[in-house]
Amino acid sequence: MHYWQRLTSVQNGKLMLRPFSKGQQRSFPGFVHDDQMGSERLCHQLRRTQLSINSVSFNTGTTELLRNVNLSLSASGITAIMGFNGAGKSVLLKIMHGILQPTSGQVLWDQHPSDQEHRLSQAMVFQKPVLLRRSTQANIDFVLKQRNTKNPKLRNELLSRVGLLAKARQPARLLSGGEQQRLTLARALACSPSVLFLDEATASLDPASTAIIERIVSEQANLGTKIIMVTHDAAQAARLAQQIVFMDSGTVVEQSCSNSFFNGPQSAAARAYLEGRIYKSDTHEQEQ
Amino acid sequence: MQESAISLAINLITSRDADLFEIIALSLRVSLVAVFISLIFGLLIGASLATSRFPGRQVLSILVNALMSLPPVVVGLLVYLCLSRSGPMGWLGLLYTPTAMIIAQTVLITPLVAALSRQVIEDLFLEYKEQFQSLQLSKSQQINALLWDSRYSLLTVALAGLGRSLSEVGAVIIVGGNIDHLTRVMTTAIALETSKGNLPLALALGLILLCMALLINALLATLNFSAKRQAYA
Repeated sequence: MHYWQRLTSVQNGKLMLRPFSKGQQRSFPGFVHDDQMGSERLCHQLRRTQLSINSVSFNTGTTELLRNVNLSLSASGITAIMGFNGAGKSVLLKIMHGILQPTSGQVLWDQHPSDQEHRLSQAMVFQKPVLLRRSTQANIDFVLKQRNTKNPKLRNELLSRVGLLAKARQPARLLSGGEQQRLTLARALACSPSVLFLDEATASLDPASTAIIERIVSEQANLGTKIIMVTHDAAQAARLAQQIVFMDSGTVVEQSCSNSFFNGPQSAAARAYLEGRIYKSDTHEQEQ
Repeated sequence: MQESAISLAINLITSRDADLFEIIALSLRVSLVAVFISLIFGLLIGASLATSRFPGRQVLSILVNALMSLPPVVVGLLVYLCLSRSGPMGWLGLLYTPTAMIIAQTVLITPLVAALSRQVIEDLFLEYKEQFQSLQLSKSQQINALLWDSRYSLLTVALAGLGRSLSEVGAVIIVGGNIDHLTRVMTTAIALETSKGNLPLALALGLILLCMALLINALLATLNFSAKRQAYA
């Protein structure tokens, strides 16, 4: 027997679920499909999220930012997208999330184009924290209300998870950079995402804030959320990711498991990147 | 003359001159109602222009900006033509009533509110846009969030509208007629006293009008400042 459930609280790192009422089942597409009603379970959707990117290109009219990208990502774990500045990593991430539409090609989730219901089960953390001009807790409430799951207990648990409960009533914009990014992460988690995108989320943070975010991301991945992150931090990618996608000049030049990538990168671009050398691909040279 | 104007103004206030307070009350009523209605329409137009992308949006934005400098007498004349007996809305019998003055002022202020709020909301929208897309917010949810988050900046927009409304004379004198005890407001009274050569009284009324505007602005600025300091940035 199957029941629709929703996230109601977080206890000891586990997310608690409660059954939806019939009305909520209809109004909240970010559902959890479970076979044990009322039991303590993982917090996010159990729906599979195999991602296939088929021949995706993206241009702005004058510049081609992505060229014929083909990629297939597994349903779980952490995937890090790496590459030089301007390689097209963030653009690819935004296309995966549906913020940008590809000029050509397809993004398929479980062999289907992304629809609104599926996108509601995704969340994204941007490099620069974008916070509403409200209190810390109101930023979480905003998302919970939008998802019809407004619940002060759940909000407080999310804030506690990122270490911001004591600052719940403070204006969000007066938090430090690290705290702001943790708040955006908590807000993303309030979406109960099955897929979480991180676009250089720790790029401007100190080591302590980076460690907190990495811990939460790892926990979330262990809970089953698919994490797709863009990072320039090779050490971070090695710590967190099971899979590496390396991009250069708008194309994917390498996709391999983390160990293989860091022990023996196949492409010249990835080798140059890891060795900290300046690399000019054929495309770069042609453009210049 | 200045001294006599100041003492006359003080006398009018301290003696609780009934005519003066009637004029002040009507001025405030007409201006506040007009600003309120203008905010409803103006914010809706401003927010829609700020968050929507459609063919002709730029032209519409330019048009709204241009309408900010609508000559009040032209607006007064147009509203007069609409409300006069032979006009399309003549059957309502609104000409030379406070309602006609409110209509004229609303027409004057709405473009101002729309243009200024569009700029405020658009700046914030550019900041929030990707986050909104990520959260899959509907257009109405986006506009609600933008209006709420820019509420303190929009208060300044409302003040600008109120300032224009309180100081307006051209349109209200055409559609209101400056009828004593019916449609006489501060500005039209000043115009009348000046034309009669009663300059001390005109100056006294002007001083009172200035003080009113200053008081309202100071009140709202204090409210704005304390609200910001307490909770939000």
